[in-house]
Amino acid sequence: MLQEKGYYGQFGGAYIPEMLYPNIASLQQQYISIIEHADFQKEFEYLLKQYVGRPSPLYKAERLSEHFQTQIYLKREDLNHTGSHKINNTIGQILLAKQLGKAKIIAETGAGQHGVATATVCALMGMECIVYMGEVDIARQSPNVARMKLLGAKVVPATSGSRTLKDATNEAMRHWINHPDDTHYIIGSVVGPHPYPDMVARFQSVISAEIKTQLQSQVGREFPDYVLACVGGGSNAAGAFYHFLEDERVQLIGAEAAGLGVESGKSAATLALGTVGILHGSKTVLMQTTDGQVVEPHSISAGLDYPGIGPMHAHLADINRATFYPITDEEAMQAGWQLSRLEGIIPAIETAHALAILPKISFKKEDIVVINLSGRGDKDLDTYIRYFELI
Amino acid sequence: MRSVKQTTMQKRIQVAFEKNKKELLTIYYTAGFPNLNDTLTIAQTLESAGADLIEIGIPFSDPIADGEVIQQSNMVALQNGMSVSVLFEQLSQLRQHVSLPVLLMGYLNPILQYGIENFCKKASEIGIDGLIIPDLPLEEYEQHYKSIFEQYHLAHVFLITPFTSPERIAKIDELSEGFIYMVSSASITGKTQGISTEQKQYFERIANMPLKTPKQIGFGIYDRSSFQTACQYAQGAIIGSAFIKHLQANPSKTPLELLVTQFVKEIKA
Ligand SMILES: Cc1ncc(COP(=O)(O)O)c(C=O)c1O
Repeated sequence: MLQEKGYYGQFGGAYIPEMLYPNIASLQQQYISIIEHADFQKEFEYLLKQYVGRPSPLYKAERLSEHFQTQIYLKREDLNHTGSHKINNTIGQILLAKQLGKAKIIAETGAGQHGVATATVCALMGMECIVYMGEVDIARQSPNVARMKLLGAKVVPATSGSRTLKDATNEAMRHWINHPDDTHYIIGSVVGPHPYPDMVARFQSVISAEIKTQLQSQVGREFPDYVLACVGGGSNAAGAFYHFLEDERVQLIGAEAAGLGVESGKSAATLALGTVGILHGSKTVLMQTTDGQVVEPHSISAGLDYPGIGPMHAHLADINRATFYPITDEEAMQAGWQLSRLEGIIPAIETAHALAILPKISFKKEDIVVINLSGRGDKDLDTYIRYFELI
Repeated sequence: MRSVKQTTMQKRIQVAFEKNKKELLTIYYTAGFPNLNDTLTIAQTLESAGADLIEIGIPFSDPIADGEVIQQSNMVALQNGMSVSVLFEQLSQLRQHVSLPVLLMGYLNPILQYGIENFCKKASEIGIDGLIIPDLPLEEYEQHYKSIFEQYHLAHVFLITPFTSPERIAKIDELSEGFIYMVSSASITGKTQGISTEQKQYFERIANMPLKTPKQIGFGIYDRSSFQTACQYAQGAIIGSAFIKHLQANPSKTPLELLVTQFVKEIKA
């Protein structure tokens, strides 16, 4: 999938200012040899197993399957330590940062899941941690802010622009420009300059590797008919798609956040609304004006409230290897409600977008549909409470 | 074949950096700030006040190499309605009013959306001498942009930092036509902490390299003293955030021309 110089088709690359060149170049040169080293693999696998709790279960959701008249399996990334898939990547990157001799870590976060996962691995390794988070997200994901602080991280509000994930990413990049020698930037999704999209996808690829073995033992074949995942930057989707990318028997489906509706002017449906451009060091599809100014997105879910998408997904859409559905706030909230009632699992609102694809596709009774349950909804209780007037 | 007009254009930067010239002052400002139609007035006034080169910034929603002051001016300019096409319109008569070298500085995305070929053509027609695109890396430039820039006789100005390797500096020197932009420290724009010994060592190291391209120092140059220090190591220095801040503060509602003149005179006195 990945070609020379970090491109997926026409998307990707490393459009960075010279100030970041030494860091990015050293990552580009070293990441594969570091990651593939036996000692690294051993430690990575150990931590994923004993610290994160992998493999995450692949659970046959009987009542949901009954409801949609198909065979639905939930890949339970919500059961990971810290409550989402984000920890797979931060474990990988903190080990990498140690190899690179970096003592300090910075990260951006939207929903706070990546921030928490980063703060967690920094505590684990005794490293200093600063997390940039948009002011708006600090307000709507306050439990995660408290968790990061408890874990010893410093949470810095991003106050520019829409005060969400895009702006937190800008601030993290500026911080890295100011502190290039002692700091590693743990990007939380398959976005940013090469090698981040590929590196993060590799760390998340454990998701689809496990799906293959779990399907083999549960249904007697290694591949599903469908894989469904939500897409902000696209890391959980990249991980869930990874080992099926070349297997045309598997339909790859992503959900992007349509906010109040694709045409409402309050949306984060990047592939539906975007055009080719450059954001955060990568050539990809982004929501922008005809003058090339980035448009401020909207989604009820902080983790999907991003005007871009990882270059791999832009390419998968371009070559029609994957299909992406825009899902509104309302559809996602209803899907979250439904999973809570049918399966006793409260999903993150990001994840609920993936569940909301179910009624949009007519599955056959015997189809095997894997949904990547990227995270749990504890952090979103406030939003659920307000939306459904629960209290 | 180069036309006569194009030769003159490319020469403006070269003439500015002729060997005996020292203490060249480049002022950066954001197009469309403080008001939409100030762009040309500021350029003209910079020239009459004694600046040596002009760097006009194209505002962008997400300027990752810039500090708060320039972020803010970018935002105001965008709210004022600035865009690449508005800027080109404002500058259509540039060369009837301004004879100094003029460079455009901008992030790559707005330029790409305008169309790279169109952008270069238009810039060249109105008499722009060079481009500074901080997020266009050397490798991409060489492969996909160099031939277009050359076709339209636009100098591409590269940045170097304290962490740029000697081999890479040599390569940048070879590809450079206007000047090399020495970023004074590992930093975004807008720092005002004076110039450290460490920075001076870096300036000295670069000054001692046998480079064919003249150099200017920028980022964190904000007053007469830091300007003069920088000019001990390079032919000139670039001031951006401090100039923007000066335009922005303006408590006594001084007219723009006077404000611009004051600033330049103070640096160059
Ligand atoms: C639970 C959960 N799912 C999905 C996402 C979106 O990120 P990505 O698209 O990189 O998987 C987030 C981001 O915060 C998240 O917390």
